[in-house]
Amino acid sequence: MKDTKIVTKKLSFYYGEKMALNSVSVEMPEKQVTAFIGPSGCGKSTFLRTLNRMNDLIPNVKIEGEVLIDDLNIYDKKVDVVNLRKKIGMVFQKSNPFAKSIFENIAYGPKINGISDKKMLEEIVVTSLQRTAIWDEVKDRMNHSALGLSGGQQQRLCIARTLAVNPEIILMDEPASALDPISTAKIEELIFELKKNFTIVIVTHNMQQAARVSDLTAFFYLGELIEFGKTRKIFTTPDKKQTEDYITGRFG
Amino acid sequence: MNRRRNITGGILVGASAFSAISIIAIIVVILVIVVIGAKDTLSWEFITAFPENGMTEGGIFPAIYGTALMVIIMSVAAVPFGTITALYLTEYASEKSVIAQTIRFAVRTLATVPAIIFGLFGLGFFIKFVGGGMDSFFLGGELKWAQPNILWASLTMSLLTLPVVIVSVEEAIRTVPRELREASLALGATKWQTIKKIVIPGSLSGIMTGTILAISRGAGEVAPILFTGAAYYLATLPTSLSDQFMNLGYHIYIMSTQSADVDGTMSIQYATTLVLLLLTFLLNFVAIIIRARIRRRVKA
Repeated sequence: MKDTKIVTKKLSFYYGEKMALNSVSVEMPEKQVTAFIGPSGCGKSTFLRTLNRMNDLIPNVKIEGEVLIDDLNIYDKKVDVVNLRKKIGMVFQKSNPFAKSIFENIAYGPKINGISDKKMLEEIVVTSLQRTAIWDEVKDRMNHSALGLSGGQQQRLCIARTLAVNPEIILMDEPASALDPISTAKIEELIFELKKNFTIVIVTHNMQQAARVSDLTAFFYLGELIEFGKTRKIFTTPDKKQTEDYITGRFG
Repeated sequence: MNRRRNITGGILVGASAFSAISIIAIIVVILVIVVIGAKDTLSWEFITAFPENGMTEGGIFPAIYGTALMVIIMSVAAVPFGTITALYLTEYASEKSVIAQTIRFAVRTLATVPAIIFGLFGLGFFIKFVGGGMDSFFLGGELKWAQPNILWASLTMSLLTLPVVIVSVEEAIRTVPRELREASLALGATKWQTIKKIVIPGSLSGIMTGTILAISRGAGEVAPILFTGAAYYLATLPTSLSDQFMNLGYHIYIMSTQSADVDGTMSIQYATTLVLLLLTFLLNFVAIIIRARIRRRVKA
């Protein structure tokens, strides 16, 4: 068993009065892929976004409990959210490249982190694009707009952009839900490759995807964590009936 | 039933076509009248020469120059100020906060204040209060800033056009997708870095639109500069912020009310009107080109 990277302790989350997460406790290991599955509105995306404090941006929310990353409570008052987010990359459901060139998209993160040396930036950009296996497709048009890329390419670009700030954890919020099967397969291959170096947490609607890419799976339902364990076990011999019903497609 | 509906539909189509055509017709009629009235006077010389013979002959160059200078100074004041206000309203103030609501209310109110009130405010605030204060503080009471000049006129005009800038920049900022802000923040950018590198570049065309609208408005308004800086006649162009200036709209006003020979200078009035219209169109056109270029650059 690998070291634990992310721990949540009795994490509850409210949008105004409405409870979105009810006392969720999990431990996610380092350099593994943890998948969150569950029907729409079950709280899995909300949960993912508590891990890099993205929910801070929404007004009128309340959070209870703890999120520990490397044993540090990220909701502690002393924690600098900006630094925290440098450590935790995020890939969104809809690919969201900036209206800038391919190069500038990748260089954005390093630049705001104070890297201005041109050679260094170039190196980071190239390495990041190589790691996401998109380098060959874009190397001749680094100065073209990233918006001219296909959906699948844009999403791999966004992953490369995340890698460029050298995070430890990558959160993925349904990264392939808007993509065709071929692009999806590429993203999945990439996840497989990336987990050698990064701790990955992925939210997905697609159960086959969870089964294919993840080491651990958490099943959420109505804001509660129903079951959490090794992916193989969750998908073959789940302990809870609800999990089994969802996985076999009886509801959800 | 069906027939009745057809008739109602027909009437509606007819009515809207009539309104649309009327609007176009009004513009065409105005342009035709102005062009016919101006055609004998408008020439290169008219645009580049000073007025002569008690403004009954000659050109209107100082008025063109003064108007252009005034809208430039006005934009320099109104655009950054309006942009910052819009940024505060959209990015920093929470939607329901008392401050944000108060600012919004003030902006709406400002937009409905009659132009002449701005003129009086400019006189009281900029000339008497600020200008007077500057004179007694820096110049020991010597009269320099406590009188109408192009700076006070431009600032007064910028107050009038501020709501236009704020509203259009605010709209533009809101069109910057939340996903892009989140992407930036998720990369460890601070809020300010996100605003500077993502939000403002993404709203540039809106800022441009705001500037266009402000300039068109400011170039045509007369009341705010009536007491604050516009001059009846000047033999020289303004060279300092403390100089008065001539203005196209004001020139039309005085030529048609205070001229030594109102009837005799009719064609000068028409020609000045045409120049004002063309200048507004030209400024708009330039701004539209800049805007299109920014759009293309963002896309490319």
